Amino acid sequence: MMGLLERLFRRGKVNSRQIAKDRLQMVLIHDRSDLSPGMLDMIRDEIIALIGERVPINREGVVFTLEQDGRESRLVADIPLAPRKR
Amino acid sequence: MTGRVITITSGKGGVGKTTATANLGVALAQLGHKVVTIDADVGLRNLDLVMGLENRIVYDLVDVIEGRCKLRQAMIRDKRLEGLYLLPAAQTRDKTAVSPSDMVLICDELRSESDYILIDSPAGIERGFRNAIAPADEVIILTNPEVSSVRDSDRIIGLLEADEKAAPSLIVNRIKPEMVEKGEMLAIGDVLDVLMIKLIGIVPEDEQVLISTNRGLPAALANGSQAGQAFRNIARRIGGEEVPFLSLERERGLRGWLKRAVGSR
Repeated sequence: MMGLLERLFRRGKVNSRQIAKDRLQMVLIHDRSDLSPGMLDMIRDEIIALIGERVPINREGVVFTLEQDGRESRLVADIPLAPRKR
Repeated sequence: MTGRVITITSGKGGVGKTTATANLGVALAQLGHKVVTIDADVGLRNLDLVMGLENRIVYDLVDVIEGRCKLRQAMIRDKRLEGLYLLPAAQTRDKTAVSPSDMVLICDELRSESDYILIDSPAGIERGFRNAIAPADEVIILTNPEVSSVRDSDRIIGLLEADEKAAPSLIVNRIKPEMVEKGEMLAIGDVLDVLMIKLIGIVPEDEQVLISTNRGLPAALANGSQAGQAFRNIARRIGGEEVPFLSLERERGLRGWLKRAVGSR
């Protein structure tokens, strides 16, 4: 009975174990690459500006992520081009 | 003999390095090996106290390095257990009294007359840590299932990689299965997902560890403690035996963790 009640109350609430794991994975991506979140934002803005000078891009759709491959990190930029205006 | 030098380290302090070193020393000696434990925490020595040998110190590591005694004279033989020795740290000096090459020389001398040399690393990533890993053939990282400890372990893994040391193995210490089951503590699989190194042991939180440390009798000396059993299992794994991990939860649960560890990205 207790177990059931507990589960009902917990439902919808992410447990601290999962939060700890998610936070660790995020912080370690930055630790390992020696790239702070602020620096990543700067790089992102510079890349967008550089590419935007040459070709129209859809700025809202730009996604920058640091992905993990084993113990290595990878910076992935997804930059949608804007449809060409005739 | 060509002894293996194994360093136990963690980055963060207070996760149980000294206790683990003492218990692994005891457990390896119980298996019939000749073991020397070295306290590399110069200035903050404690391995002597945890092993219950604090009243027998005459000379220490720094006395050996500075030539005031022979290595053999500084080694304290544990009278309770055949084959177990301690090389204590100096208490009134600091880490700069020892260099990484001093540690290499001392371990080279010990290698010829022992099976295992276990080095208890100080916390941190500075000189004391450098001294402790310099002679290591293998490194065991000790972590607690807790964010700051896991983060520091990851830093240590990175430093060992940069140093081109062999990949370290991992002991997760002080896990509380009932908290993991409630979803309020990182599980073994979570820690492995994050650190991506090989697991060599799981040690549950166990009041017996404090009680036995109070007495200066490492938990692995006596039966009846879960942590002591965990350390005895790790000693056998160090020796190359396949020993199943303690089932801290229902078997299903533990296997579930390990499966998740392998299966997730």
